[in-house]
Amino acid sequence: MSQKLPEPPSSEITSESLYLRRREFLKSAVFFGGTATGVGGGLQLLSDSPAGGGGGGPSLPAAPAAPGEAAAPAPKKKFRGPYDTDEKPTSYDDVTTYNNFYEFGLDKGEPAENAHTLKPRPWTVVIDGEVHKPQRVDMDTLQSWFPLEDRIYRMRCVEAWSMVIPWMGFPLAGLLRRVEPTGKAKYVAFTTLKDPEQMPGQKYPVLEWPYVEGLRLDEALHPLSMLAVGLYGRVLPNQNGAPLRLVVPWKYGFKGIKSIVRITLTEKQPPTSWNRANPQEYGFFANVNPEVAHPRWSQASERRIGEIRRRPTLPFNGYAEQVASLYAGMDLRKSF
Amino acid sequence: MASPPYPWLKPAVLVGGLVPLALLVLGFVRGTLGANPIEYALHQTGMLALILLVASLSCTPLKVVSGWTWPMRLRKLLGLLGFGYAVLHFLVYAGVDHGLDMAIILEDIAKRPFITVGFLALVLLVPLAVTSTNAMVRRLGFPLWQRLHRLAYVAASLGVVHFVWRVKKDLTEPLVYGAVLGLLFVIRIAEALRKRRAKARLAVA
Repeated sequence: MSQKLPEPPSSEITSESLYLRRREFLKSAVFFGGTATGVGGGLQLLSDSPAGGGGGGPSLPAAPAAPGEAAAPAPKKKFRGPYDTDEKPTSYDDVTTYNNFYEFGLDKGEPAENAHTLKPRPWTVVIDGEVHKPQRVDMDTLQSWFPLEDRIYRMRCVEAWSMVIPWMGFPLAGLLRRVEPTGKAKYVAFTTLKDPEQMPGQKYPVLEWPYVEGLRLDEALHPLSMLAVGLYGRVLPNQNGAPLRLVVPWKYGFKGIKSIVRITLTEKQPPTSWNRANPQEYGFFANVNPEVAHPRWSQASERRIGEIRRRPTLPFNGYAEQVASLYAGMDLRKSF
Repeated sequence: MASPPYPWLKPAVLVGGLVPLALLVLGFVRGTLGANPIEYALHQTGMLALILLVASLSCTPLKVVSGWTWPMRLRKLLGLLGFGYAVLHFLVYAGVDHGLDMAIILEDIAKRPFITVGFLALVLLVPLAVTSTNAMVRRLGFPLWQRLHRLAYVAASLGVVHFVWRVKKDLTEPLVYGAVLGLLFVIRIAEALRKRRAKARLAVA
């Protein structure tokens, strides 16, 4: 004989209507949770930048530089060179995860994620055109021609943000003098690698590939103009334009062509990518100029990455003393 | 045919609609919005405003096509959420990005079509938000209220133009929103024509 369980007092029995209401309530709660999660998740997914351009999780770990090198802080410079700014450099993390490099995606977070497909060695650079000593040279050989210098430059993007970057490289003038420009050389044209396998962004016709840039010869010979092979004392990360990129600190960042495979001296002004894409908005010179607004936004101020308040933009990005004379007599509103 | 009441629907959409805001604030406080958190916040609030406005405008066409009535219960909520993000978008631009420097902001609004169009869209949304209550529908009378609220299409279109002009090169994303908006508009026009024809037939009979 099983023992009979004591029946609960009737006051403790849940009434049928309450029981049904609770089921209804639970069902509603589940639908509520599902809908809220779906709506919230959907909105987040649609509104977030495609690659989570810094939106999602923590920033990427610092890209490993040379093999075997630990992520050490940038080596402290012992002395300041004549062109170094004493402003605080932007963090290595920001410099290497916030990049415009459309060959690896349009979002600024994408180059850091996608640029691993680029193979910066072996790499050949062709130097030709109006020079007495045209050549095809291996990247390591080219680099061995010059002592590497650290230079801390401001970098002002045409999109009104800026950074301070400790580049490592050598003056462009050194390379140009070595190949001996002819008397006809007036301009220097630069070309980025074109290889959609290594640069998946080139599968989309966002810009006309390969990316091309150019300088007037006197601009290229100016001691501020440099070719960079590294930053923060380390090998240049792919997303920053490995293995060889141009740095012209008084011009908007898009002039700093990355992953260069060809340098051609020319008699005529060469085409440049953004000017070709939108000549109303981007000129050949692209000197930083707070007086000349971009058609869609003011260039009078900028946000230094890592800061909240904007700061005024300086003529020629603060390098007017060194370079303004290059443009004496020119109407910089017309030649923007 | 009316849908069941779904008492959880509106609160759930409200909570879901506020999730991105909570994540944005959390990300800002924790410093995980990347190198340029202000640009990120601007982009995201702008996108949310546009998405929610388009979602609000899709309620009526969805009802027309499917016969469900539940989307209509969300129309106002989605519109107000979209308006809220549009206001936040403007506040981030004016208050944080430009530190309330009125000279710069007014110059932007007056001289740069990209900003002018966005600002105009926001201004157009204000009367819609103010008259979004049932009491206001009654006060204005439904036909007038309805005509006024057609401005939502104008505001959303201006939002798409604002988006197109913001983009440096790749127009795919803004054009997708433009296409969705166009489709919704076509459904509304087709429905209006159908109703008019039905009425005409009734009058003849």
